[in-house]
Amino acid sequence: MKHGNWVKTAYMGVLLSFALILSYVESLIPFSFGVPGVKLGLANLAVLLSLYWYGWKEAAALNAMRVLLAGFLFGNLFMIMYSMAGAVCSFAIMQFLKKTGKFSITGVSMAGGVCHNAGQAAVAFFVTETAGVFYYVPALMAAGLLTGMLIGIAAGEVIRYTGKGFPTF
Amino acid sequence: MKKNDIYLATGILSFAALFWLAQRLAAPGGQVTVMQDGQALGAYSLAEERELVFTDGNGGRNILVIQNGEAYMKEADCPDKLCVAQKAISKKGESIICLPHRLAVEVTAGEAAQADAVAR
Repeated sequence: MKHGNWVKTAYMGVLLSFALILSYVESLIPFSFGVPGVKLGLANLAVLLSLYWYGWKEAAALNAMRVLLAGFLFGNLFMIMYSMAGAVCSFAIMQFLKKTGKFSITGVSMAGGVCHNAGQAAVAFFVTETAGVFYYVPALMAAGLLTGMLIGIAAGEVIRYTGKGFPTF
Repeated sequence: MKKNDIYLATGILSFAALFWLAQRLAAPGGQVTVMQDGQALGAYSLAEERELVFTDGNGGRNILVIQNGEAYMKEADCPDKLCVAQKAISKKGESIICLPHRLAVEVTAGEAAQADAVAR
């Protein structure tokens, strides 16, 4: 194995534990707007950083791992199902928008937040078979936009200081 | 932020606003329909004050209260209790959903139809 490989593996581990800590912090915050499913999405910060530092394969692996681990640690199987649906939707659109090169990390993160919530609403629709789920869609979209923007700005600041790679010491 | 980001945000916001407006224009409903696993358990008029208990097969329990023309979830034994935190519903299309118990309460039309039936 080349030197760069195990350094990267170690840093991916650091990013994964960072994502899990953020998930834990988020599970502690009683954050409710009376709309189910609205969350800060802090863990997306780690996903965004790995997406910009490494690439989509690494970020996808990190995303899948953190959904599974955070689900088993702080939630249940239902939560994993919803998180996974949201994570897949948001990740696909973030990678797509990043590829176009037309959007900054804030825009990418905003679209990710919106799609995360839209994906979860879609799964809720299929599970409950109730069109009433869509009643929450406008609020969920607005919330996803706002939280995505905040996370995107934070990630953008980190990348401004660290450059295009994981900071090496 | 780039210019494109602003366009994107504006686009998303206007879509959400349109979606919201379309729903606001929906007429108020007269009854709630309760569904579990996509199966209708029953429909209950919002005019009649009552407390309903729903159980799923796995020991999950929800208590739905209908009061002052609104319905809200009074109690649930799921861990997150998101359905209890949701506000009371009375407009057509509004819903309270308890995901752990796969229970959905949705306001549907019906009161008018019932009134007509009584008048006839």
